[in-house]
Amino acid sequence: MKKAYFGQYGGRYVPETLIPALEELEEAYEKYSKDPDFIDEYQGLLKDYCGRPTPLYFAERFTEYLKGPKIYLKREDLNHTGAHKINNALGQVLLAKRMNKKRIIAETGAGQHGVATATAAARFGLECIVYMGAEDIRRQALNVYKMRMLGAKVVPVYSGSQTLKEAINEAIRDWVTNVENTHYVIGSVVGPHPYPKIVRDFQRIIGDEAKIQILEKEGRLPDYIVACVGGGSNAMGIFYPFIEDKDVELIGVEAAGKGLETGQHAASLTTGKVGVLHGSKSYVLQDEDGQIQLAYSISAGLDYPGVGPEHSYLHDEKRAQYVSITDEEALKGFELLTKLEGIIPAFESSHAIAYAMKISPSLDKDKIMLINLSGRGDKDVDSYRELNREVIE
Amino acid sequence: MNKINEVFKNNKALIIYVTAGDPSLEATKEIILELNKDGVDIIEVGIPFSDPLADGPIIQRASQKALKNGVTLKKIFETLDEIKENITCPLVLMGYYNSILNYGIDNFITDAGNTGISGVIIPDLPFDEEEEFYAKIKENGIDPILLVAPNTSEERLKEISKVCSGFLYCVSIMGVTGDSQAPIEHLKEYSQRVRKYIDLPLAIGFGIDSPEKVKNIIDYFDGIIVGSALVKIIDENSDDKAKMLKEIKSFIKSLKIW
Repeated sequence: MKKAYFGQYGGRYVPETLIPALEELEEAYEKYSKDPDFIDEYQGLLKDYCGRPTPLYFAERFTEYLKGPKIYLKREDLNHTGAHKINNALGQVLLAKRMNKKRIIAETGAGQHGVATATAAARFGLECIVYMGAEDIRRQALNVYKMRMLGAKVVPVYSGSQTLKEAINEAIRDWVTNVENTHYVIGSVVGPHPYPKIVRDFQRIIGDEAKIQILEKEGRLPDYIVACVGGGSNAMGIFYPFIEDKDVELIGVEAAGKGLETGQHAASLTTGKVGVLHGSKSYVLQDEDGQIQLAYSISAGLDYPGVGPEHSYLHDEKRAQYVSITDEEALKGFELLTKLEGIIPAFESSHAIAYAMKISPSLDKDKIMLINLSGRGDKDVDSYRELNREVIE
Repeated sequence: MNKINEVFKNNKALIIYVTAGDPSLEATKEIILELNKDGVDIIEVGIPFSDPLADGPIIQRASQKALKNGVTLKKIFETLDEIKENITCPLVLMGYYNSILNYGIDNFITDAGNTGISGVIIPDLPFDEEEEFYAKIKENGIDPILLVAPNTSEERLKEISKVCSGFLYCVSIMGVTGDSQAPIEHLKEYSQRVRKYIDLPLAIGFGIDSPEKVKNIIDYFDGIIVGSALVKIIDENSDDKAKMLKEIKSFIKSLKIW
């Protein structure tokens, strides 16, 4: 397999201007990821700044309710800034600092990656610019406010869908123009090589910890691991350390939005075809002429028309299976976990919760399921309130 | 000798970009015929794409307009097929790789061949991705025209020289199309550095929008590429076709100062 690829997926489909920056990044990552000082500083930040390791929590009432396997939640929602995104943002900003880059740019959909990057940039005193679709700015006002408090400049993007896809286009254009003093912190396992590998490596801490924790608690590995997939960084983070453990079923949950048949969804692996978007080859939602389609999900963090190339590879190899959950199902997951466990999950993570609800009743009680609770739902409470749903008793 | 080599044989070349389908495919036909008549040496026909990473706001907007009008790669080939007998200058297609991948590489090569396309420019396909694609179009008589940037390393220039043919597209700036701050300084050194490794005509593009700029750089390059500035003229006159064609004519005349 070529180093920039996962099977036929990945690569560096970018304007020539960016190639030197990608080569510089690859070289710096090779060097610092093996440098004990860098590793110590990063691990120290994860421990004392992020609050790692995050707990692996046995969701007793949720398990009892579903009458299926024992369900554990990997509590990435308990990280500083409220999601797994901080693991990667800190790693990349630390790398940027070592590379003497003065300016950090990022893009964000739900705002969690933007907040995480703005936080890491503030921590290291670097200038930070975050591109965000105008529609997402509306949906995620609280996170926009936080980013500004943290000193980041939030730039609204009005073109196209006014969501994450256009924000990434704009961030790449900024990067092409300012590549010499700027590091682009990509927020998921997407983009040109080496980003999918770097982001995966910074997120594999989730799976590494989960493996140790489940062995401590249960003395064996889980039977199922369930995680939501937009670009796929939380899923890749928890899947990766288990890939060689063939008995562990890896399940990625995409957003089916208003239903796959409506065309309003974000299920790139379930319904997309192979294409090139944002610098890499992967499964992409596109029309008959190869124009990238707009993705839709109630969760601003999942409505992305592509997916990380390594997920495409795992999909083709059948090492992981990819399924989808509608907005309505995700909302039920959001409500049930809140009610039964006192944990308000992010809309993104609610997709994983909802899939667990769907399959658990038909699975054996002696099985173990691990769900990656990628983020907390504070940011989504306003959106939920606007839906005016009846609170379940 | 193929058509692009012929262009550069004795003279410098004026290369003009136009987005297919902006404001309509019918208009694109007339614009291309006008450019051909006005003495443009090579015409770049842009395939509109939803996510054009190397383009600035002017070409982005033109692409979105074209897509809204229902333009597809198939329709672009059909349009070019209708006028191919009346075009004397080489036509080059410029687009993003997903359009071609989706169309199917063999279909693309067949249709490009039937339409008399002389070259292909794909800004998001560096020489070391899909090497077989560039080799294949070359075998079929179509020039793979590659881009270099001011920061391209010597090692990559050497490799690019093995793949590229027709002419080399030198990006004038670290940035996207239509950036009025372009071109960068030190263009003489830039051109000399590139020529050390690549024995092809060099054309410079991105942000070339006035006769003054052309005057300052023409000595160092074999061709000038103008895109956004013309797309802007088309946009500003899209309601009045006669005026649009007149403005195009006088703009082209002002650029061709050699």
